[in-house]
Amino acid sequence: MSTLILLIATGLGLGGLYFLVASGLSLIYGLMGVLNFAHGSFLTLGAFVGLAAGNLVGAGTWGGLLLGLVVGALTGAAAATVTELGLIRPLYNRHIEQVLVTVGLSLATVALFEGIWGPNPRNVTRPGWLASTTDVLGAHVPNTAFLNVLAGAAVLCGIVAFLRYTRYGLIIRAGVENRAMVTALGIDVRRAFTLVFAVGGAAAGLGGVLATQSLNYVSPHMGASLLIFAFIVTVIGGMGSLTGAAVASVVVAVLQQLANFYLNNTGDLIVVLLLALVLLVRPSGLLGRPA
Amino acid sequence: MSGSNVLEVRGLSARIAGQEVVHDVSFEVPASGVTAVLGRNGVGKTSTLRAILGLVERSGEVLLDGVRVDGERTDRIVRRGVSYVPEDREVFAGLTVAENLRLAERGTTAHGTTPERRGLVDALFPDLVKRAGQRAGTLSGGQQQMVSLARALLNDNRILLVDEPTKGLAPRIVTEVAETLATAALTVPVLLVEQNLQVVERLAERVVVIDAGRVVHTGPARELLDDPELVQRLLGVSAGGAGDEVSTSSTSEEVEAGR
Amino acid sequence: MNRTRTLLAALGTLALLACLPLLAIPVPGVLPGYTYEPGTLQLLALCWLTAALALSYNLLFGVAGLMSFGHALYFAAGIYGLAIVLDRTDVPLLPAAALVLVGGVALAFVVGAISLRVTGISFAMVTLAFAQAGNVLVRRDQGDLTGGEEGLALATDGVPAALVGVVNTRNLYWLALVVLLLVYLVVLWIERSRAGHVAAAVRENEVRVRIIGGRPYLTKLVVFVLAASLATVVGMAYLLLQSGASPATSTADFTLTLLVMVVLGGVGSRWGAVVGAVLYTLLDQRLAELAHSEAVAGLPAVLRIPLSEPMFLLGTCFVLVVLFLPGGLAGAAQRLAARRRPAPEGAAA
Repeated sequence: MSTLILLIATGLGLGGLYFLVASGLSLIYGLMGVLNFAHGSFLTLGAFVGLAAGNLVGAGTWGGLLLGLVVGALTGAAAATVTELGLIRPLYNRHIEQVLVTVGLSLATVALFEGIWGPNPRNVTRPGWLASTTDVLGAHVPNTAFLNVLAGAAVLCGIVAFLRYTRYGLIIRAGVENRAMVTALGIDVRRAFTLVFAVGGAAAGLGGVLATQSLNYVSPHMGASLLIFAFIVTVIGGMGSLTGAAVASVVVAVLQQLANFYLNNTGDLIVVLLLALVLLVRPSGLLGRPA
Repeated sequence: MSGSNVLEVRGLSARIAGQEVVHDVSFEVPASGVTAVLGRNGVGKTSTLRAILGLVERSGEVLLDGVRVDGERTDRIVRRGVSYVPEDREVFAGLTVAENLRLAERGTTAHGTTPERRGLVDALFPDLVKRAGQRAGTLSGGQQQMVSLARALLNDNRILLVDEPTKGLAPRIVTEVAETLATAALTVPVLLVEQNLQVVERLAERVVVIDAGRVVHTGPARELLDDPELVQRLLGVSAGGAGDEVSTSSTSEEVEAGR
Repeated sequence: MNRTRTLLAALGTLALLACLPLLAIPVPGVLPGYTYEPGTLQLLALCWLTAALALSYNLLFGVAGLMSFGHALYFAAGIYGLAIVLDRTDVPLLPAAALVLVGGVALAFVVGAISLRVTGISFAMVTLAFAQAGNVLVRRDQGDLTGGEEGLALATDGVPAALVGVVNTRNLYWLALVVLLLVYLVVLWIERSRAGHVAAAVRENEVRVRIIGGRPYLTKLVVFVLAASLATVVGMAYLLLQSGASPATSTADFTLTLLVMVVLGGVGSRWGAVVGAVLYTLLDQRLAELAHSEAVAGLPAVLRIPLSEPMFLLGTCFVLVVLFLPGGLAGAAQRLAARRRPAPEGAAA
């Protein structure tokens, strides 16, 4: 029983991380039709810069972590904004080329990160509480899981509130449905593009710093490995659906944990099988609109 | 020359997926009244409107109040006071009626939204005020058409581009839409694509007939409608009781132009 | 007349390439030594195999418009499949290769049948996910089959002696050249076939193909399986050339580099894919050497770090090509030719 609770709790924590990456991917795809391969790089950059900023205040302190999270999010947002303005916008409406530049950017930036910070993972210093566990009904749940769930939930609520209560949120929701009609109402939808990139980049940067706390290391490749699962989450949830991404994040992560424990470390494979199954039954994903 | 015309189209061509669907179209829209664009299904009427707005790839000249706008982005053209009521309404199904309308407000700049305009829309569409919180996707076709019209009428326009507003609606609703358009046309010129000849007869002063992507006839509406032979030749229908006989099924052009 | 000339030029080039191991031509700055040296031949053979692989990817992406992010899976299936069969059984090379090819076709058929249920970006992601599963399997080393991160050395018992060892590099070079020629001809044949024409039509407008009675799904599946099988064949030759399997060949990044080559050369162009792949392989090699050179080591960090990462330079190069050189090298060549020979009036529109 306590094992099951532990697996579900760590699964939820991992799901929180997946959602931080997948939410941006899903929003960007939903509005712009762009699959952003550089999203993992926003995460990695956010992690490195955020940690560096946190270390200025003090490695392993709460103040340092808090600053790191803020700086990580801002870094991710800034990187995403520059990417959108410099590389995506010039290729307006040419989706294949847009995907290609993000592919090139991801290859180039991962190599650059390796050059700057070295190819190998580096250990990080965490606040004491985050390095320990909490007893939940007999299960020793790592405290990072709580932090990740909290962050994932906060970002979900934040994005939902932003979409529901702001003018840009309105534009984005309408744009996901019918972008051409939004422009035909006299709205420069490209500003909304930059904004979703920035929001997605911020979530990814935040996720990067949080991932270092769960993994206990930071590496130039952490973005790429999380990105693949975020892609899977996005497809299973339904491309462009935020709630779909949230649900799928949790389902995928928990399933992965369970399979890793009970089925001989086959979590990654089970997830791919789940993806195949979902596509066979519902090609548009769990909550996606039928094409 | 262009003093009396709000819109001039010169040598406009449009391409969809690399294929030219409108060829070298030229016509003018006077500064008042309704100008109807007629033609059989799939001859490029919708594409012509979308080309004016820059929603499809185009070449040629489009002049608004004598100023060329064909180089501009769609949203800029719209902000110059060109409102568009698309075929099939294209309301945002997941948004509420109020949100659909809020999205269409262009602020208080020139050709934007004014309190008077809001009042006018509320007066014209009392049903929409009642249904403000309802999702547009759950409305009937006629109600969605009202949302689409209201979105356009919220702003202080130079011209309205209206594409088949009565398509697929019940006869009673057709009349209602036509009356709304007639009211709107009192204050703003309208370029109307319409298949229903009774509606054209009720609203239009001038007609532009398009066939196979080219303009084949222009002139006063009366002149065309009073000549059954001409109607038969240009539009392939008989003029009497035309409304019921005009097919409203979607065509390949409409499918492609959809998005 | 024009066609004859092209054919003659192609045959001439091929003959020259085939004779390279017998000649002593130095190409300073491009090749590490004289063309007959094993190191040079090894690099050139790698170029030919990469070009063959890029051709198979171009068939998928350029001709059928299927942006797969999982092409590495079938390449790795060829490499690891053959490595495992040779390692675990006494089956000689040719039957083993036939067996692996059958396995590769079956794998491609299953994955393709599922992935092609979705289109566009979703298709890209799903193929990526399947390839990732393959990568996980390879790295996990289930039952000591794949050697995990270390990879798997080629078991040479079943391989003819003429294809083993550094002294026989020139034989491997010829093998690579034959594989490239073979793949080129097969791709050419597919493109000219009915299936190829339908695939190209599907890329342009799937709805229209369905309306005129074509079967887009089936056509795409056929092209998908053919492209994957070619990759499996190339993978098997690659195993012999490198005399080992490495998990890097099964990663998503590996597929991405294929995409880079094809786009660099010009999407949809056969010789573009070949040139792109050769250029990429040579650049990768040369840039890695540059990275370790003393000239770079002496530079300040701002210059040293980017210059010592070949992938950074290649990635940047790729982004620039996408932004400023539509159609890649093939597109640029076409524009140059058109400028030199102005088109007759009216044709420009």
